[in-house]
Amino acid sequence: MEDMALAKISFRNECNELLQDMEASLLQLENDLDNEDAINAVFRAAHTIKGTAGIFGFDDIVEFTHVVESTLDQVRNGRLKITSNLIAVLLSSGDQMNDLIDIVTASDDESFICIDQKSQDLIAKLNVFLGKDPEILVSETKQQIEEIRVPEITDMPNADISTKDNWHISVRFDKEVLRHGMDPISFLRYLKKIGEMLSISTIHDSFPDSKTMDPECCYLGFEVTFHANPDIKKEDIEEVFEFVKDDCSLKIIPPNSHISKYIELIFDLPEEEMKLGEILVASEVITRKELNDALQAQRQEEVSGFIKPLGEILIEDGTTDKSVVKAAIKKQDVVRKKQAAEKHFIRVDATKLDNLINLVGELVIANAGSYLIAQKSNHEPLIEANLTTSRLVEEIRDNALNLRMVQIGETFNRFHRVVRDVSKDIGKDIKLSITGADTELDKTVVEKIADPLMHLVRNALDHGIEKPAERLEQRKSEFGTVSLNAYHESGSIVIEVIDDGRGLDKNKILEKAMSKGLLHNNHSLTEQEIFRLIFEPGFSTAAEVTNLSGRGVGMDVVKKNIEALRGIVDIESTLAEGSTIRIRLPLTLAIIDGFLVNVGNASYVIPLDMVVECVELTDEQIDSSQTHDYISLRGEVLPFIRLTDMFNVTHKAKIRESIVVVQYAGQKAGLVVDELLGEFQTVIKPLGDLFQQVRGISGATILGSGEVAVILDVPELVNQAVNIEAHHIHNLSIQKFNPLIVH
Amino acid sequence: MELIKKSDADKCQITIHGDLTIYQAHELKEELLAELEQHQTLEINMSEVNEIDTAGIQVLMLTKLESSRTGKRLRLIAHSRYVLEVVELFNLTDFFDDPIIVSSN
Repeated sequence: MEDMALAKISFRNECNELLQDMEASLLQLENDLDNEDAINAVFRAAHTIKGTAGIFGFDDIVEFTHVVESTLDQVRNGRLKITSNLIAVLLSSGDQMNDLIDIVTASDDESFICIDQKSQDLIAKLNVFLGKDPEILVSETKQQIEEIRVPEITDMPNADISTKDNWHISVRFDKEVLRHGMDPISFLRYLKKIGEMLSISTIHDSFPDSKTMDPECCYLGFEVTFHANPDIKKEDIEEVFEFVKDDCSLKIIPPNSHISKYIELIFDLPEEEMKLGEILVASEVITRKELNDALQAQRQEEVSGFIKPLGEILIEDGTTDKSVVKAAIKKQDVVRKKQAAEKHFIRVDATKLDNLINLVGELVIANAGSYLIAQKSNHEPLIEANLTTSRLVEEIRDNALNLRMVQIGETFNRFHRVVRDVSKDIGKDIKLSITGADTELDKTVVEKIADPLMHLVRNALDHGIEKPAERLEQRKSEFGTVSLNAYHESGSIVIEVIDDGRGLDKNKILEKAMSKGLLHNNHSLTEQEIFRLIFEPGFSTAAEVTNLSGRGVGMDVVKKNIEALRGIVDIESTLAEGSTIRIRLPLTLAIIDGFLVNVGNASYVIPLDMVVECVELTDEQIDSSQTHDYISLRGEVLPFIRLTDMFNVTHKAKIRESIVVVQYAGQKAGLVVDELLGEFQTVIKPLGDLFQQVRGISGATILGSGEVAVILDVPELVNQAVNIEAHHIHNLSIQKFNPLIVH
Repeated sequence: MELIKKSDADKCQITIHGDLTIYQAHELKEELLAELEQHQTLEINMSEVNEIDTAGIQVLMLTKLESSRTGKRLRLIAHSRYVLEVVELFNLTDFFDDPIIVSSN
């Protein structure tokens, strides 16, 4: 039953898509109750799932989905008004369909689960809308299931594979075939070698009367139901008849073909229709009912003098449920499209990708080594060849890293449902707006960011947005808005969770922090620092504890998760206007473009994305900078850190120091270094546990010469520089230079 | 091919010896139809048939059809295994409607 398993997988995938569509459309409907397109989309989804499930014989799904579909049909016809209550029930129904499909597709045996209690509950709820007695509806559904099951029309491997998994071969030999020295017997014998002839009918209708019959002519034809050996394709069967291909008419119908193919065959062949039909019925290819109906319909059409395509006859004659035919056809389309789409994608084991990226990393290091040697050799062609290699290696690196990039949109879209459900739960009217959904980031980062994001969104919903009454009092729109935004900024991806709620109350936070003993005096805290208190363990400002948040766990976990990804989180908030929580994450976790500098005898790498510019220190600046740790850069205060001090190394004598201006999260700072060495492709190697506590470094890399260079942790350094400076400035009350106020 | 006939007023018994192929088809057709015309029942012993091909089986089929048409009887008996194989391959057992006894050879 390998085919069945595959079929189940494709059924599962198809349903996933449909259910997603259904959910999206329902959410759309919620905002726009008259949206007919959305209603139709929901109906279509339910309808297709029902039809497909029927073909597979998943009765429980059909039973349940039928009720959903009936409800939607009423809505579609305008007999039932769509309300948010109904939408809520339909959303739960979608979840239930998902669960049912899960159960059915996960089970290996083909026995099907019973409608469970949850289905019954939901059916009862839907029936309230339909105004029907649940019992009646269930029995109606059962009837419909029978109707769906009878025709069994599909190209998909069927549950009933034994009778459908066969080829049908129809062959009529030309009269001259025997005289040409060929004998049908040998072809049939040959056919037996590539499979099993389940049934064969010898057709002798073209026998003339006994007097004119030429015994050296062939008047025979055969209808064969054939079970091919594995891996036998249509060409293989055609090949059997290769030698007589000009002396016979051959028709091969593949396994699991649509019934109309057989009916077509019946009409195509020269013999009387009924007789051929009987043969097909006898070989269990089609049922007698299907045959009778199709033939009768055809005759009627002939009488009325106008002939319709057989597919239409099948639909119109009523034995075949129109919806099922449509569903089957639509399904074929979807499957075909999916197959076409799948050709553009290859599933790759993530570890293979990681191995590739590791190798590329090694390649980058090795390349740097050979480039170094080439440079020393002063051999022009060698240097040039190395440059070309370097360029290619760089491209390979970018491409390899790109393989891991995915759009964040999918993660964002999940929140539509969350926002909807949560806002219903807590009695608020909240909309979600999404921007920057096509921003790409590393797959592993996407996976790890989903949970923290969920927490932040829930927080915004619960704490951020006020109750409608409160909002109206504040002269705000009754509807709250939560926005998710993503964009790239200097080598990082920034994800923002924005709400237009009540904002953070600095005083309340301070009060709380004091009462919790997190803080002992509040004199010198900047706004940022106060806001960051909410990330402290055990901190919660929510006056009431809801089931969503307010239990004092969460924000600290969010912060830890984000920091584990080498990201940072900061908060911007204005009281009564709203808050923005901004997560900054590095784009990749493996290889970066670095900027190599020398301090003392060692090399350091600064991530190039964060470098703004390099400035040479003038003598004057050097003198003045001995006393304080900032310079004036084109009239702006630039706090800086001397890396010689930071890492406690001796400054190389007689070398004029330079400042590398770096930027992170909107804040600039200078790093004073001895020497600028230029760009360098950096493969990030994690540091051992021993270095975990060392601040200011984030990793190490290997230079072409084999030396180890430390990668500077720019966010940490910027933070330090700014903090030192902030205290100076705080004291001087030069508010305009405070680089902490970001907006 | 050699036909050994034994007939009385309304029944003719024929034993066919040798091959029943396209080379014998003409002769076979003439012989069988002629006998069928003269007798009410035609009984053909197939035990001595060696090779039979499509042409051969066609003649037997024609004779069977002719017998049905004229309200006479054709019986094939004692099929040799060569005959049996083709009859089964073509699924003609029902068509000839003869009791088939698998002969020992």
